[in-house]
Amino acid sequence: MSSGFTPVVSGSALDASAPAPASPKNVPQRGGAANPSAEALRQRFGAAIKAVDVVWGETTVVVDRTAAHDIIKWLHDDPSQRYDYLSDVTAVEFRDFEQPLEVVWHLRSLPYRRFLRLKVRIERGSVLDVPSVWDIYKGADWLERECFDMFGITFAGHPDLRRILMWEQYREGYPLRKDFPLRGRFSRSEQLRQALAANPEARYSKEELSIADAFDDLPKDMQRRLSTGERTGE
Amino acid sequence: MGLTSRPDQTASREPRVVETTGDEPWITTRLDAFVNWGRKNSLWPMPFGTACCAIEFMATAASKYDLARFGMERQAFSPRQADLLICAGRVPFKLAPVLRRIWQQMPQPKWCISMGACASSGNGIFDNYAVVQGIDNIIPVDVYVPGCPPRPEGLLYGIMMLQKKVANERAADPSLRNEMEPDPTSQLYLPPSVIDEISEPFGNSVQQTRSGL
Repeated sequence: MSSGFTPVVSGSALDASAPAPASPKNVPQRGGAANPSAEALRQRFGAAIKAVDVVWGETTVVVDRTAAHDIIKWLHDDPSQRYDYLSDVTAVEFRDFEQPLEVVWHLRSLPYRRFLRLKVRIERGSVLDVPSVWDIYKGADWLERECFDMFGITFAGHPDLRRILMWEQYREGYPLRKDFPLRGRFSRSEQLRQALAANPEARYSKEELSIADAFDDLPKDMQRRLSTGERTGE
Repeated sequence: MGLTSRPDQTASREPRVVETTGDEPWITTRLDAFVNWGRKNSLWPMPFGTACCAIEFMATAASKYDLARFGMERQAFSPRQADLLICAGRVPFKLAPVLRRIWQQMPQPKWCISMGACASSGNGIFDNYAVVQGIDNIIPVDVYVPGCPPRPEGLLYGIMMLQKKVANERAADPSLRNEMEPDPTSQLYLPPSVIDEISEPFGNSVQQTRSGL
């Protein structure tokens, strides 16, 4: 079972003299004060930090693909950063085919009240492969699966990288890519035929529902029912 | 004082013969009319709510619009005890086998109301890679309720239309009650060309009688 739970108090790492949180006003579209983590990243990782951009008061740091995992690990572990919450992993493809694809991580530091957006640019024609941050944030599991499902980006090191929104036998490609037609690649009858051929019960298992971790704590009758392969939640 | 025994316990166990006087009321009717009268006033709906239409369905079932007036006092949340499937909301392709199985689990006689534009036609704005363009591609539908979402009055109107339809079924023609078997290889009810045609934009508008009734 999980160890003790330590609540994270927002702003607990700040000085007592830090101003109280308030809605920012008159934020410029570009420029303004960058997140102090960006400067710390520059000092520590140097050439791996490609660009720092401040848009509407939010800091975006473009980093090197190979260093992305080390950077996120450092942001998570270092006591001066403490980015303990990964709020999103997604990707961007631009209509302009000269532009590279971007994979985006949204990181939030609750103790320091900071928000940081990390980006990795993947040039056209190269393999869409970035390191997984599942070993740092367990919550990255489904976020990375969704990004793989919609964009076809593989996350190296993810324990179970498969589709999450579309069914697992979906064969039409990656729906949020710009070259994907809005109605899909197949005819409607073929789409329906493939969808009806899917087994809707094959997707929920004891392992997927994470009951496996809590199995020993379950009541005896529930343990007996689950061990015989009975599916719950239907 | 003490307890006195009830009269029926003291009476003999002999079957009682009731003398008819000839004044009792009686009617003659067709058997199927009588059966249909019972069926149409005791439909048990099974809500299959996937989107905002389900909110309007809840309003219909709640006290102000009171679906129970039409004999739908009991909502069946198991398909095996339901007569009427009300599909309220869009159905993505991932849900298509689920809806198909729920329909096949319902015993005859059974009916289906497609509530709202998404369930009826895909609603145009959901003409994309993920959404089934009308649930009649998957299961037969009796009544289509238009609207996005329909008001409770709209759903009640659709239900009353269905009640008329139930009342007009004939026992001599049980073809409506035959279970439709999908094509064993493709699992489709309709030919692929028909599905492609009615899934086109405005395909539903030109094929208003898609269920063949």
